Amino acid sequence: MAAIEVKGVSKRFRLSSDKYQSLKERVIHLGRGTHTDFWALREIDLTIEHGSTLGLIGHNGSGKSTLLKCIAGLLQPTEGEIFTEGRIAALLELGAGFHPELTGRENVYLNASILGLSRKEIDKRFDDMVGFAELEQFIDQQVRHYSSGMYVRLGFAVAVNVDPDILLVDEVLAVGDESFQRKCLNRVREFQREGRTIIFVSHAADLVRQICDTAAVLDHGDLAFSGGAGEAVRVLREHMLPGVAVAPDADGERAPAADSPVRIVGVEVEHPATADQPYVLPGDPLSIKIAYDADRPTDDASISFAVHDNAGRLLFGITTHALGVEMPTLIGTGAIVVTVPRVPFLDGAYPMTIGITSNDGGTVYDWREQQDRFEVMNPGSADGTVDVKVEVEVRCSGPVEDG
Amino acid sequence: MRRSSNPPSRVLRARRGIHTRLADIWRYRELLVGLVRKELKVKYKNSSLGFLWSLVNPLLYLLVFSIAFQVILRAGIPSFPVYLLSGLLVWNFFSGGVTAGTSSVVVNASLVKKVWFPREVLVLASIGSALVNFFLQMGVLIAFLAIIRYDVAFSYVPLVIPALIVIVVLTSAVALLLSAVNVYLRDTQHFLELALLAWFWVTPIVYPFMLMGGREEKWQAAIYMTNPVTAVVLVFQRAFYAKVDVAAVGGRFGAVDQILPGWSMGGYAAYLGAVAALSVLLLVFSLWVFGRLEGNFAEEL
Repeated sequence: MAAIEVKGVSKRFRLSSDKYQSLKERVIHLGRGTHTDFWALREIDLTIEHGSTLGLIGHNGSGKSTLLKCIAGLLQPTEGEIFTEGRIAALLELGAGFHPELTGRENVYLNASILGLSRKEIDKRFDDMVGFAELEQFIDQQVRHYSSGMYVRLGFAVAVNVDPDILLVDEVLAVGDESFQRKCLNRVREFQREGRTIIFVSHAADLVRQICDTAAVLDHGDLAFSGGAGEAVRVLREHMLPGVAVAPDADGERAPAADSPVRIVGVEVEHPATADQPYVLPGDPLSIKIAYDADRPTDDASISFAVHDNAGRLLFGITTHALGVEMPTLIGTGAIVVTVPRVPFLDGAYPMTIGITSNDGGTVYDWREQQDRFEVMNPGSADGTVDVKVEVEVRCSGPVEDG
Repeated sequence: MRRSSNPPSRVLRARRGIHTRLADIWRYRELLVGLVRKELKVKYKNSSLGFLWSLVNPLLYLLVFSIAFQVILRAGIPSFPVYLLSGLLVWNFFSGGVTAGTSSVVVNASLVKKVWFPREVLVLASIGSALVNFFLQMGVLIAFLAIIRYDVAFSYVPLVIPALIVIVVLTSAVALLLSAVNVYLRDTQHFLELALLAWFWVTPIVYPFMLMGGREEKWQAAIYMTNPVTAVVLVFQRAFYAKVDVAAVGGRFGAVDQILPGWSMGGYAAYLGAVAALSVLLLVFSLWVFGRLEGNFAEEL
């Protein structure tokens, strides 16, 4: 049996336009309650094997947190079933149920038993928990004397030491300082090595690709994709960027003359290595086919080609004139193919700016500012924008120990 | 692949059966004990008198009712403190447990929204802490009876144990039902206060059972006896107060000189048995309602 099986789960929320929370009000407004149904999840099917790490991604309101809460048992699915095998702990409840009047020790016992540990199990792990939180000196003080940092540390220490078979990590982890986040992530990786099942909810796509083997993309309550993490991140981007982004108007200088002799009539992206996919892999060849139509012979045309990142920052730009490419006189229709033999980028959608100018740049014949783009899907786990090949060699000066 | 020795598997769907839920509650029994301990600790942690506070409430009741009934109204119930306390302590457990249990889910909203565990445990923990208070108060009463060498009806004392079980089941049933309703209708707890006030006066605690239960009009007596708390209170009074007919010592209350019904042991047991059956039925119904409503707790809180 898989660790988690989600079968045909739907979740409906009733949004009442006016909510009466007392008997008195309900009687007064009897029969006038209006509500609208909102399906936060629709027929989700998902299987998560023991020992795998699944990323759950989607934009805000896609239903990823709702699904996590259903798996955690906090929300009951309106339809469908969820089977889970093993103890579940969710890293979304740091210090849930801590009572300020009780000491740290008493709270550890209470919190851990809320998370499903028996007294004997807590006895065994108590020192680990306190050690992890680095609170040995303060453990017998009332929690109300703790700083907020100590409070969170103790909550985290309990949560990660309850020895869960299934760990649910919510975005909540994003709060806290950087060293705390690093500590959380280190712990998550340790859990992976120990073969625990992890569900990781985030809208930080890079983090998901780094950590998860597989990922599921939710879009407005529907399961848009489930499969490899790299592919999932690409699907997410596709859902979040509907169509080609409308480029900001090119600045006045670059506006082509009204009676321009040559125009770009089409741009096509070709990537033979992944021809059946809408993306290219890092290191694969990529060709940009620029179709032109020249009314009058143009003998000083130079092609400008630039690549930007998602924020519009220029990553690379060149012109055929600068490259020293001899351009023939353009007349009639034809195409110019710009080939990048090795795409040096990692995951992302890269807008391109393509233009035709005179050799001296003084006359702009045509200009397409970030209207076309190509996509790179990174199947690996490297992070960032540039595909850098690295080699690792360990040089030890001292004697080498085996193992 | 990694499995703990006994992985707790779980099926989550819109409806969970009652036996699954009972099994879940049993699995979380240590949490129940932990929560009871927490409630008691928090209650008495920063008070100088500690648990002595739990004795102050019945003593104040004793003072007020002694003055009101014995002095002002000149009711002649002999050994009034023993009579009052043997019924009042049972009532205090019932009303305290139901009140705390009803608000328990709403009070622990932050927990309910973040962690899964059987929500019934919250209600049962409130009742558990009321039960601990009851034992403390009862212990003091029994010690007092022993010191003054009060004439307890020892043959009826064994009936106290099933009576205690019945009142725990009844309290749990009412509290579970109301705690779930209270999540959706927050003024349930305010209505409850009023209902409990009325309920107190239809239970024979400050006046003798025979005043109502011994009426000539049998139907009036029958209606009066439908109050399930009465059966439990009567058993405690019969065992600890033990005086049935007080005419010989010149005691009386209004028109009656009989305080407790002159039933045999079997009579008391039969009444208690009927209430036990009712309580179990009510508990099953409450668990069913609770199960229907708990699915949306996290959304409503």
